Amino acid sequence: MELKNKTALEIGQMIKNKEVSSVEVTKAMLENIKNREEKVNAFVTVFEEEAIKQAEDVQAKIESGELTSPLAGVPMGIKDNICTKDRLTTCGSKMLHNFKPPYNATVTERLENSGAIVLGKLNMDEFAMGGSTETSYFGKTTNPWDITRVPGGSSGGSAASVAAEEVLYSLGSDTGGSIRQPCSFCGVSGIKPTYGAVSRFGLVAFASSLDQIGPVGRDIRDCAEVLSIISGHDPKDSTSVKRPMFDFSTCFDGDLKGMKIGIPTNYFGEGLDEDVKKPVLEACETLKRLGAEVEEFEMDIVDYAIPTYYVLACAEASSNLSRYDGIKYGYRNRDCEDLMDVYYTSRNEGFGMEVKRRIMLGSFVLSSGYYDAYYKKGLQIRGLIKKSFDEAFSKYDMILSPVAPTTAYKIGENSSDPLKMYLGDIYTVSVNLAGIPAVSVPCGFGENGMPVGMQLIGNAFDEPKLVRAAYAFQKATDFHTKKPSMVDEKGGNR
Amino acid sequence: MNYQIVIGLEVHIELSTKSKIFCGCTTEFGGEPNTHVCPVCSGMPGVLPVLNKKVVDFAIRAGLATNCEITRYNKFDRKNYFYPDLPKAYQVSQLYLPICRNGKVEIEVNGEKKFIGIHEIHMEEDAGKLVHDPWDDCTLVDYNRCGVPLLEIVSEPDFRSADEVIAYLTKLRETMMYLGVSDCKMQEGSMRADVNISVMPMGSTKFGTRTEMKNMNSFKAIYKAINYEAQRQIELLEAGGSVVQETRRWDDNKDASFAMRSKEDAHDYRYFPEPDLLPIEISEEWINATVENMPELPEDKRRRYMTEFSLSEYDASVITSERQIAYLFEDATKICGKPKEVCNYIMGELMRLMSETATLAEEVEMSPQKIADIIELVSQGKINRSVAKEVFEAVFRDDVDPAKYVEENNLIMVDDSSLVEEIVEKVIAENPKSIEDLRAGKAKARGFIVGQTMRALKGKANPQTVNEIIDEKLSKIL
Repeated sequence: MELKNKTALEIGQMIKNKEVSSVEVTKAMLENIKNREEKVNAFVTVFEEEAIKQAEDVQAKIESGELTSPLAGVPMGIKDNICTKDRLTTCGSKMLHNFKPPYNATVTERLENSGAIVLGKLNMDEFAMGGSTETSYFGKTTNPWDITRVPGGSSGGSAASVAAEEVLYSLGSDTGGSIRQPCSFCGVSGIKPTYGAVSRFGLVAFASSLDQIGPVGRDIRDCAEVLSIISGHDPKDSTSVKRPMFDFSTCFDGDLKGMKIGIPTNYFGEGLDEDVKKPVLEACETLKRLGAEVEEFEMDIVDYAIPTYYVLACAEASSNLSRYDGIKYGYRNRDCEDLMDVYYTSRNEGFGMEVKRRIMLGSFVLSSGYYDAYYKKGLQIRGLIKKSFDEAFSKYDMILSPVAPTTAYKIGENSSDPLKMYLGDIYTVSVNLAGIPAVSVPCGFGENGMPVGMQLIGNAFDEPKLVRAAYAFQKATDFHTKKPSMVDEKGGNR
Repeated sequence: MNYQIVIGLEVHIELSTKSKIFCGCTTEFGGEPNTHVCPVCSGMPGVLPVLNKKVVDFAIRAGLATNCEITRYNKFDRKNYFYPDLPKAYQVSQLYLPICRNGKVEIEVNGEKKFIGIHEIHMEEDAGKLVHDPWDDCTLVDYNRCGVPLLEIVSEPDFRSADEVIAYLTKLRETMMYLGVSDCKMQEGSMRADVNISVMPMGSTKFGTRTEMKNMNSFKAIYKAINYEAQRQIELLEAGGSVVQETRRWDDNKDASFAMRSKEDAHDYRYFPEPDLLPIEISEEWINATVENMPELPEDKRRRYMTEFSLSEYDASVITSERQIAYLFEDATKICGKPKEVCNYIMGELMRLMSETATLAEEVEMSPQKIADIIELVSQGKINRSVAKEVFEAVFRDDVDPAKYVEENNLIMVDDSSLVEEIVEKVIAENPKSIEDLRAGKAKARGFIVGQTMRALKGKANPQTVNEIIDEKLSKIL
């Protein structure tokens, strides 16, 4: 049975057709994990026995007709900041190195109810803070295309595990580009949904007003299928929106006639690598050939996106991460004199450098005397950014832009320069600030052979439009079918 | 020099909603430590709050009852600080847009009426509680109280004496209990106050430096603490010193306050809007519905009892001083239609029994139906008034059925005139001394004859019959 190069939906269909069982696929994926993890380190935890047990149960339910989801029985992975009941959920941090939540995230619940096989928990930048998956307490994840390079981040494990065919799809989270940028670096597809489309219950918060969970897959069709399972109102999340679920059924005809795409010229100026610029502009031509009308426009306010994002995200993070105090769960320094000592040492030893940097930054901008100058101003600019997107969507169906200014860089190259790292988020953060959806799909390769992704940004709840365009693009191109060489090396699928 | 005391209060009231403000856990007081908790109220990673709408209802009620403006567009904010009883390390509260503002409460001290301004009322969550275990020399945390909804009622600095403060607290407590928003049990901490005090030379308009005493939970302690602290500040100023802005702790055993924390060590709470909760918009309809469902407040009841039931001002105010008693009065009156009678039983028997047995109003379990039944038995001539009192007590103590109790204890009124006549004759015959006294003009002796007759009839006789027969017999021999 050839399982290589298949999409999640194809494997799901094969299971349904009884060409392969969920248990067989699960074992094959566990085999891949065994063979590739030494190089990739995409997982924090692998649920080997549990996954096989889960696959047996799901297989029985598929056969009895109880489970009918197109993805029933398909093995996948979950980013380690999404709660899995009674199973480790570490957020890539020493602080939660031993934390097993007594509850599932709503997305975990929904996926498992539809027959997902959870192979394990995927590595990430500590508490989702970073763009390279170098800050995890559980080691760096590498890029399957070149293991001397980073996979991007913070959902580096989610993207790398899909690229390395260790899982058929995965869940990531995106606060400022954390799904889209690793997808671009690893040559896979991903969706950052509209804020409120997917429940955040059980997603360990980084910046509550920006965080969204989304799918990572081999193509946009897999992602759309996963999104339709995990999206929809959740009474446990007050910010989840009450509206009908997405209907993607009419999105897969490959037709882009009448679609108006805007290109913000200031996204293609200084700071953008030629390696990225060229494939994205070529993709633009492809979209035109498929019937889309493309027009350039200006979006100046986006130049303020990086400082605004780091002020607001860090402010929320400083509060969200205060609960890790060594008192209730997680890491505690046991050798303390008094309460203050417990706080200081537990937090000092439990958090890594980048997390501490952001907590300090966030605490500073919220301090009395600075609130108005930073946080309040940040909120105001956030409003302006949202407004400029609203204006753009009054003219265009979607916006095309690069995902990141570069392809995957070398491990360690940016880790000593936080500012340079932050600038890598320039094309992605404004989407989170505006609360709107965007997809990242492969659109070519750089001179260095590393994958390049393009970003399509849509108006709130316009995910179907984005999926339609991304599908048409993938139907006309084959970038998303390219695989890193490690997938073909020995120890691959049977 | 004479000084003017200036006081402002922040009163915390625990709301009596069934479940907590952001999760489904019970708000019940007590319980084994950490049994009324879930991942949400114990601050586990990744969980989210969902607002209990009842909290907003209660806050609107409280605001309307204290003449506040209701904020239509509400937000919650996070107040960040580290303490082990606060599992998220932030308290969800309201800083920028509190739900109620600009209210006032009328108080009366020594016959003088005055308004105390309400600066704001905001909604927030309570914290847990630390328990020190001296045996193991360790401190443990109980999160049962975490997430119990609170209203913080912030007054203007309008108080000029401890008496005014007590009058205000009494009024506030009574109002909140009537509204059904809180049981205001001070001993359980469901009502507690932070007291801000300063002094200034009499006639001055510039407030002095204030100190604060937090979490005071008895009227007596508040009264003592205000007078102590004012005196301390005055003595300090008189001695040429100055008051330091600080938080002080009142020690009720030592009758003194002690410095805890100065302004320099004050927390920077780093407030910012709570991103996990949507803003709450309070519509006209929501407010109207709340107004419609508002329970009648004690003052309105008092006025109504006086006009509708012709109760005296004194009776009306005693009966309305506790919500449970007022409802008992109203319900019993509704059944029997005899407000004056019900009032007499409550003012006489019930109040006496409550004080004898140290029973609080909320612990009284008398059914209004049974009170009405007793009144009915009397008016039907089935029992006399003294038996009625005995039945009332039995109902109060053992919740007996009045009619059954009368029957089982053979308490039916004796109205058989031949039997009464027989007894009266016997009593007269056995008490020649009393007859002599009566002849000598000592009218009191007649009472003795009545008493002896009643006693012989075990108190069950119709007093009217007894009186008539005694008069008749005495007129013959005197």
